[in-house]
This record gives sequence, C-alpha cells and structure tokens, in this order.
Amino acid sequence: MEALLALLFGTLFGAAIYLMLARSLPRVLLGLILLGNAAIIAILAGGRVIGTAPPLVASGETLLAAGAANPLPQALALTAIVIAFGLGAFVMVLVWAVWRETRTLDAEELRLAEPPGLPAAGAAAAAAAEPPEARP
Amino acid sequence: MPELLPLIPLLALASIPAIAWGVARVPAWAGLAALVPLGLFGMVLAVPPGTVVAHDWLPALGIAIAFRMDGLARLMALLITGIGAGIFLYAAGYLKGHPQLHRFLAVLALFMAAMLGAVLADDLMLLFVFWEVTSLASFLLIGFDAAKQESRKAAQQGLLVTVGVGLLMLAGILLLGAAAGTFRLSAILANPGFLAEHAFTPWIVVLICAGCFAKSAQFPLHFWLPGAMAAPAPVSAYLHSATMVKLGVFLLARLNPAFQDEVLWLALLTGAGGLTMLSGAVLALRERDLKRKLAWSTVVSLGTLTTLIGLEQPLAATAAVVFLLVHALYKACLFMAVGILDKKAGTRDAMLLSGLGRRMPLTALAALLAGLSMAGIPGFIGSFSKDLVVTAQFGIPGLLPVIALAANAAMVVVAGMVAASPFLGAEMESDRDARDPPWGMLAGPLLLGVLGLAFGIAPHLIADSLVEPAAAAILGRPTEVGLGEKQADTLVAYLSLAALGIGIIVFLGWRHVQPTLAGQRWMDSLGPSRAYEAALAAVGSVSGAVTRRVQTGSLRFYLAATLVLMMGGAALVLVAGGGLAWPGEGPAPRAPQWALAALLAAGAVAACRLRALMAQLMAVGIVGFGMALLFLTLGGADLAFTQFTVEAISLVLLVAILARLPYTADDGRDARDRRRDAAVAVFGGAVAAAVLLAVLSAPVDTTIPDWMGRASVPEAKGRNVVNVVLVDFRALDTLGEIAVLLIAVIAAVLLVQRVREARR
Repeated sequence: MEALLALLFGTLFGAAIYLMLARSLPRVLLGLILLGNAAIIAILAGGRVIGTAPPLVASGETLLAAGAANPLPQALALTAIVIAFGLGAFVMVLVWAVWRETRTLDAEELRLAEPPGLPAAGAAAAAAAEPPEARP
Repeated sequence: MPELLPLIPLLALASIPAIAWGVARVPAWAGLAALVPLGLFGMVLAVPPGTVVAHDWLPALGIAIAFRMDGLARLMALLITGIGAGIFLYAAGYLKGHPQLHRFLAVLALFMAAMLGAVLADDLMLLFVFWEVTSLASFLLIGFDAAKQESRKAAQQGLLVTVGVGLLMLAGILLLGAAAGTFRLSAILANPGFLAEHAFTPWIVVLICAGCFAKSAQFPLHFWLPGAMAAPAPVSAYLHSATMVKLGVFLLARLNPAFQDEVLWLALLTGAGGLTMLSGAVLALRERDLKRKLAWSTVVSLGTLTTLIGLEQPLAATAAVVFLLVHALYKACLFMAVGILDKKAGTRDAMLLSGLGRRMPLTALAALLAGLSMAGIPGFIGSFSKDLVVTAQFGIPGLLPVIALAANAAMVVVAGMVAASPFLGAEMESDRDARDPPWGMLAGPLLLGVLGLAFGIAPHLIADSLVEPAAAAILGRPTEVGLGEKQADTLVAYLSLAALGIGIIVFLGWRHVQPTLAGQRWMDSLGPSRAYEAALAAVGSVSGAVTRRVQTGSLRFYLAATLVLMMGGAALVLVAGGGLAWPGEGPAPRAPQWALAALLAAGAVAACRLRALMAQLMAVGIVGFGMALLFLTLGGADLAFTQFTVEAISLVLLVAILARLPYTADDGRDARDRRRDAAVAVFGGAVAAAVLLAVLSAPVDTTIPDWMGRASVPEAKGRNVVNVVLVDFRALDTLGEIAVLLIAVIAAVLLVQRVREARR
C-alpha cells in the first residue's frame, strides 16, 4: 500500500509540475491545486499504513485498538488540506487581479519586474546605458 | 619606550577621523595634519630596536597581534613617517581649496597607518591584513579624481593586480605558516632550517614572490604602476618613494633570511629584477611625460632593489638598504617638484618645459639636489648607493652587469630630464604665472634634497644607526657596512663613470632618440597589459552572457530551473545514499484502493492532456474527490469529510473566477515547449516518488501516535483521536492554520479592493 501511495504521489507531483509550467495562468493554478493534493498524500504515507480502521477509541475503552490508522499524520494532513485551500484561494484571486491589471494571462508576458532587454541585452545596450561623459 | 610600538599604527589609525573632521572644518589649517606623521616619526625613534610586543588575536588559529621593531622595520617606518610629513604638508598646499581635501588627507592617513602596520607587523597574517589595506587605500587615492574615467580605470587596475595577486600571496603565507607551525615572523626567521627539505618550499617561494612582484611592479606585472600616475602628485610621490611599491621589496627583504639558501628564490629575484630594470629603463627613455618618466624610473629602481636582495653577498644587502633610502629621498622630492611644475607651468611634457629656473629658483634647487643624488654625482648620498650597487652587481657573471649599466645610464638621463632641463635653457612660453609655490609645498622637497646632500657629506650620520641594522635584518646576521669608506675598486669607478658618461650623452641627444623609441609601438603592450584588458572584458561579457541565460525574465524558466536543480540534488543524495528502495512491510492494497489509485492517476494525467476548461476542472475534481475516497479506505474519516468539503468549495470558487477570465484551449506552449516541460515533469515526478519510496523504506517510530492513542481518553476526554490531536495535543498548530487562512482572506480582500480602486 505504501509503495502504491508513493507512486501516486510521484504521478500527481509530475502532473502538477507539467501544469505549472504552462504559459496560461489558470493552468498554473490547477497545477498548484494538484501539488497540494500530492503533498497531502506524502504526509499521509509518511505515517505508514499501520492500520485501516478509523482512529476512534471504542466506548468503554481507554486505549486505541490495534489495527487503527495512525492518527498523527491524519491530523497533519487535515491542517495541510486547509492551508492548501487557503493558498489556492488566494492564488485564484491573484490570477484574477493579474488579468484585471495587465490584461494578459500569459506567464511569459508578466515582465513588470524584469522587462525584456534587461539586465544585459548586449554590449550595445550597455554602452547606451553608460552616461555619455564616462565614455572615452 | 618599548610599549609605544603597538601604539604607532593604532594612533595612525585613530588620527583618521580627527584629520577628516578637523580639515573639513578648517581647511586653511590642513597643513597641521603633517603633525601626525611627524609625531609618529618621533615615536618610531623612541622605540628601541629589537622590541617585540605580542597579544593574542585568534589563538585557535595561531594568529597574534604582534609587532616588532628591527633595523629594517625601523628604516621603513622612519621613511614612511618622515616622508609622510613632507607629503601631508605638500598635499595641503597642492589641493588647497579642493572640496575633498579632508577626504584626501584622511585616506592618506589610512594609507600611512596601513603601511606602518605592515612594516612593523611580526605576524604574517597581520602583515597580510595591513598589506591588503594599503591596496584598498591606494585604490581610493589613485581614483581620487573619480570623475575622470582614466583615474577610475587606473585605480581599478592597481587594485585588481595587487589584490588579485595578493590572494596568491595569502596562499603562500598559509603554506609557510603550515610548514613553520607559526605565523610569527621572528620565529620563522630565527629557525629557517625547516624550509630546506620541506615539500611546500617551492610553492611558498613562487606564491610569495608573485604577491611581492605585483606590489612592487616587477616585470611582467609592472604595467599597473604608470597608470597609477592618474593620482594627484602627492600620492605619486608617496606611493613611489616610501610606501606601496616599497612594501613588496620590503617583504622580500624581510623574508630573505629564510629563503636565501633556496636557488629558486635567488633565481626568481635576480631574473625578475633584471628584466624589470631593462624594461623600465627602455620605457623611461621613450616617455615624454615627466611624471610617467619618473614612474618608469621607479620601475628600474624596484628592479634594482629586487636584484640586490636576490644576490648572495653581504655587500648586496648593504647596497639594497642604502639604495632604498636614497631612492625614497630623491624620488619623493622629484615627484613633488614635477607636481609643482605641472601646477605652475601647466604641463609635464619634457619637450615643452624649459628655462623655468629663474622664475622658480627654489623648486629648481630642490629638483637639482635630488637629481644629482639620483644621477650618483659624488658628494651626494646617491653616489655611495650607486657604487655599492655597481660593486654588488658586477661581481656576477651573465647579462646582469650589462643591464645594470644600461639602467644606471637611464637613471642619469631621467635625472637630467626632470631636474635639469625644465629649469635650464631658453624660457618657455606659458600663459601661466610660473612662480615658486608657498613654503608648505617647498619644505618637503627642499628638506629631502638637502638630506641627500647631508648624508652624502656625512655618511656616518646613518651608517651605524640605520643602514647597518637594516642590512643585518636582510641578511639575518650582523654585518659591517663601512659606508663612505673607499669601497670601489678601479674597475667599479670606471664603470660608474661610464654609466654617467653614457647617460649624459643620451641626455643631450634625447630629443632625437625619443621619437625613434616612441615609434616602437610594440613596447606599448610589453607585459600582460593587453591580457589584463582582455581578461577584464571577458569577465564582463561572460557575466553578461551568464546573466542573460540565467536571468531571462521568464517565470516558467525560473520555475523549471529551480525544480530541475532541486530534484537533481535530491536524486544525487538518493544515489549517494544507496539508490532506490522499496518499502516491503505494510498491508497489500485492496481492490478498491487499486481502483482509486488508478482513477487518481488518470485524473491527474487527464488534467494535463485535456484542453477545455470544464474538462480540466472535472479532471482536477476527480483527483480531489478521489482523494477523499482514498482517505476513507485508509481509515481517515475526518480527513475524507474535510477533503470533500474543501474540494467542493474549491471547485465552486474556480468556476466562479475562471468563468470571468478568457480561457483558451491552447495553453500557449508549442510542441518543443511541451516536450521540455513533460521531461521536467516526468523527471521531477520520478525523483519525488523515489524519494518517498526511500523514506517509507526506513523503519517508522510510532512512539508519538502510540502515546496519543493511550492519552486521548484519560487526558483529553476525547474518543476521536484525530480531533483530540487537532484541538488539544497540537492546538497551537491549529491556531496557526486558522491564522494562515485569515491572512489569505485579508490578502485576497485587499487585492480585490486595490484592483477595483485602480480601475475607477
């Protein structure tokens, strides 16, 4: 079972990468959601499949019966699900904001921070950027 | 007073802010800054030779703050502070009214402090630190006129050559320290025997020589020195006489007792020194600019000094010491005189300057005194040094005596060009009012010129007190110098005379010789100056090319590169740690789990392959809901319910937002892009799976979950262990999770508001 989970993790991870490398931002968003799912599987698998019964203590007992699932990774995975959701929701709004501000959803056209031609488009551009009095 | 010794460099350092502050406030009294070197001069005299003061610095590394005053250090320290006083006074007049005068004098003080520290240091690492500070300070001084590109280039060149090669020297020092077991100079010099057989010795010699040769402008690293002429005249005068370039020679002399039995050491010193003398002599004759001419003559002198240190006889050490002193006196004086000419007559061109003697009699006197010393005219201290140098160098076979003869003649020519011809002959035409400068600028040059004469007439003033201890320090054993006694035999006398005669003849015919020499363009690129330029340009273009390739501005490229590097690193660790592993224990998957896993994988692949928005959303939804079902089969009831809820809300949000955006079936990638991305994805997925497989193959420690299963009911009164963990055992985690959600909400709301406002 654990090996199966690991392979599933790899598949989801790879699919997430493929989508996140797309130029279209909505696809990047879908990739991010898949990445969250992959992470949750990894967390869950990390606690091993030591049992498949829900980790509930039977009434009258004070001890979790053998054969119950590991409760700790389930609790961590729950946290992870919620945080992945929060991140996903924020990125959804971010993608919407990008579209409203720049009117593009192409990742290659998002170059506000690094406009094409910078930092060093070539010797000619560098010479043009040099203040004139500094030239020999 | 031995306890004054460590205070000398410390006080010099402490004077920097005082000078900067004081001169900035009252520029008219800038000349008072000369009191600092003057006071230090007195302190140097007050410290008895042989004093050693040491404090721990980094005891774990065997590095100490140790200073030592011996003959050589004393001579250097006196030169640094004594000539420094003249330079400070001169600089205050030379840069009078300059808005940056206070900065200039402060950097000059830093330079002096670093020089003092370097010559007084008894710990090689300490010496290296001061050594590098002199490089930095000289960078600031050479580039003082930062508005000029020429200055910036020269400063950069000096810094790169001296600091770059200085790093080689650091390697040499580390090897020497490792071989000796200590960095203390006095300990190394007291017992140099360990070097004879040590495997490191050739490396130490080569590396330390490289550093010293770069600092002292030895061939082929001489090319940076004339460029440093971009600096104001006081800097050139100081750099070329008592400081900077002398530091390399100083360290060679300092270490000579340890290495003087190494053939490699002697060969390197005499070889490089000889070539330096020759190239400097030729280049000095080509030059018209008096300042550059003096710079090349410095190269000749440095070559001479290096050669002398590399010669094996006691006489050579004495010659080196006397020449070091003589050269410092006349070179500082001549540089200052040329600075005065430049300022008052408006040119440094040897072809134009003439007949200024009547208008600037005191400048002419100072230059003449120094020039006669430089030419080695009897009666001046220069003649002793010349005889000593000639005697020391002519004892050896090979080309060196010939080179030495040529170098001596060249010195005579340069002396004549700088000290005689600008002042003699018909008065030049000048629109400037060429007069003697104020006393502040004349005091230093005149005093230095007069000292050259005084020491020449009465050599006993310096013979026993200065020259002998310094020569003994170079040799590593006591020596008799007998300065001023009849040393020269007849042959030497004739040779000296011959050099003088040749020099005078060339001097008289120089106007005809110079154009021929200047026509030899190939000399311009003598030494690796072209290689330096090429290397500098290559650094620029390589970094530009790397930047263009790495920093493309493409977010997708950044993501792909990050992933490949990260997963590649993980793969390396995996392979190094024993390769692939397969978890063996645990229950086998049941049929529903197989089916769900297949469904999830299919959904993930479909999300990549499908093109329409709705179809892709459905594929992602299948993955999400399938995960919930998978959790159910693994005993994660709460997990499953949360996943169902979150997945449902996510899908609603996705549809709500994506419906407002244009969605193209094409994801913008061409076939090549897709292949590349698929390769990255497959690689990343495979490594990720392999890493998780390796993790799962390791034994698991269930102490914590076991405890949680035991403690849930008695301590937290809860039967759902997962809930207990969330709200009790790890309640702070849950609080953090809620905070994250809240922050995401706040950020999203602010973003929406901002965009809405921007649109209005």
